[in-house]
Amino acid sequence: MYELHDVMKNYPKGRGTVTALQGVSLVIPDGEWLAIQGPTGHGKSTLLHIIGGLDRPTSGTVKLGGQDLARLPESKVTGVRARTIGFVFQTFNLIPTLTAAENVQTALVPLGAGAAGRRARAEQALASVGLGDRLNHLPSELSGGQQQRVAIARALVKAPRVLLADEPTGNLDETTRDEITGLLGKLWREHELTMVCVTHDSAVAARAQRIVTLRDGLLATTGRGPSPAGALSIRSQRKGLLA
Amino acid sequence: MFFIYLRRELRRRMRQAVFIALGLALGIGLVITVSAASDGVKNSQATVLHSLYGVGTDITVTQPPAQGSNPATSFGFRQEIHSVRSGQIAAGTSIDINHLANSAYGTLGAGSVARVARQHEVTGASGGLTLTDVTVTGTVPSLSAGRGSISSSFTTNSFTVDGVDLADTALGPLSAAKLTSGANLTAADATSGDAVVDSGYAAQNNLKVNSAVNVGGTRFKVIGIVSVPQGGNPPDIYIPLAKAQSIGQTGTAGLTREVNTIYVSAASAADIPALQRQLATVLPHATVTDQSDLASQVTGSLSSASSLASNLGTWLSAAVLIAAFGLAVVLTMAAVARRVREFGTLKALGWRSRRIIGQVMGESIVTGLIGGALGVGLGYAGVTLIDRLAPPLSATVGSPGSGATPGTLSPGAGSALRALTSTSHTVSVSLSAPVTLGVILLAVLLAIGGGLVAGSFGGWRAARLRPAAALARVE
Repeated sequence: MYELHDVMKNYPKGRGTVTALQGVSLVIPDGEWLAIQGPTGHGKSTLLHIIGGLDRPTSGTVKLGGQDLARLPESKVTGVRARTIGFVFQTFNLIPTLTAAENVQTALVPLGAGAAGRRARAEQALASVGLGDRLNHLPSELSGGQQQRVAIARALVKAPRVLLADEPTGNLDETTRDEITGLLGKLWREHELTMVCVTHDSAVAARAQRIVTLRDGLLATTGRGPSPAGALSIRSQRKGLLA
Repeated sequence: MFFIYLRRELRRRMRQAVFIALGLALGIGLVITVSAASDGVKNSQATVLHSLYGVGTDITVTQPPAQGSNPATSFGFRQEIHSVRSGQIAAGTSIDINHLANSAYGTLGAGSVARVARQHEVTGASGGLTLTDVTVTGTVPSLSAGRGSISSSFTTNSFTVDGVDLADTALGPLSAAKLTSGANLTAADATSGDAVVDSGYAAQNNLKVNSAVNVGGTRFKVIGIVSVPQGGNPPDIYIPLAKAQSIGQTGTAGLTREVNTIYVSAASAADIPALQRQLATVLPHATVTDQSDLASQVTGSLSSASSLASNLGTWLSAAVLIAAFGLAVVLTMAAVARRVREFGTLKALGWRSRRIIGQVMGESIVTGLIGGALGVGLGYAGVTLIDRLAPPLSATVGSPGSGATPGTLSPGAGSALRALTSTSHTVSVSLSAPVTLGVILLAVLLAIGGGLVAGSFGGWRAARLRPAAALARVE
């Protein structure tokens, strides 16, 4: 479970400072799919980076499973990112010189997995996103949707508890957007992920269990995807399926 | 993953990697070429100096001539000249005078050799006599009231003679000589009437093994012909020291138990300066000269090449290397700047900074090694060009009034040189630039160093990236 309390983030800019987050408090239960919406430049990505341990708040606490990421030494936060959190980016962020399988393997390097083990797990992850036949393709040889699938496989190959997605469908057409959103939903259910998704796209946000809106660095509104009851129902269904 | 990633990145940035590698290669190639040329020049200098000085000799000790003497012109013939001028020798008298003269040095007692040998850093000391055999022949002219020129009536013939201590031939001029025919002088010849003749002098005077030569009025049998590498400036005849002492003269005084040059070898090159100071204390009136003093008196294109290699060459290599390192650093940092999002992504995936630094440094070191390999090739090409195209160098080893520049040398060392080189002598030395293992090792170290420097800067920049800032970078 994530517990964010009074998170503030200021950036120096010129002689002054810019306030990106103004005391955000938020609880994200394990297994929840949360969508963060809001206008551009109002702190969505900043909040996601802080949740993912990519940045530190100016003040406040960001607890994941009881550990305050804001206070942990950088090496420990790096370890948390390596084991617990998967990231999916709008621009895919694949290494252009590495094949799809090798890109997926990069997520296993920090875990110290052996080459054969890495290869096998990467193939399995790519198969799970429907790219079992594209293992040795370079990113430039894949479509946008396929690249995002590789990025999703890379995020999930290490079996994280949390998946953070920053505009995962921002660079995709509608059809591909629906495919990727469907894939994320499927994987969320199958892997019992806690998923936080920053998106401008209401169609994507609508599939989340809960939607929060950030405006001027403040958590302005909280809305629904499916109702909390619905969310519980989804988790129950998922557990039932897994059982 | 490290090597796959490294290989692919280098391939992706092939043009830049080649550019960096070529820059480093140019610098390293220049270092190799200049180092090899410098070594070649040093070898050539050593060859010239060995021919003067003897292989293994680190220091020579000589004594300046006594004040008021003018050995270069009189050669001990003052009495005879005075007799002619004063009319004691009648006009029309035939003159045939032969002296083995100590013309350029003062003498050092035999005890001096022992005192030098006792010094702590001395591994060998050997005394010798560097002498000039002068023969004056002619008929006394008619002079009125002792006035007029007599020099035009006489013919002077001279050659140089070295009295060699045969108990230790590892030092001194004979040590540099190679036997071309006959036999060399040995310890058993210490009191014999045997002589060894330099090949140049033998050719000029049609001397062969078993020929007879007259030295200071004493007949010697030629038992061997020797040559000095690269044509140096060897004495014409080598005879046993004891014989030289018995027949040589300083003015009218004999040279029994005297030497005028002591050849010294030091325990190590590092000891030479200290040993020079010690010897100056032990023999306060003597002149102590080492090879660097003599080297400063070698002029001609060899000297110019030495100066070129040690000054311009070194600075040029350093400048190109610094430029190449700078270029590598700038291009590596630019490459890191272009890969900010990539490194940010890897950090988001949990890669530690040191792994990313290692990746950047690995790429830089491999580029450096490629540059090193190319540089070794360029260096060899440069060395081959020098070997094939460099004209023979001339080394002028000066005597008074010759091309030497005594002003750059202490007066004592200058006189030592003059004594060692009784005439101005220009030799032709071929320049061969040797590429040693040390130079190759230096090239590899420079290559790795270049890679490390560039990688360190690039890695430092990559390590400083905050993941969030890196991911926010627009490309």
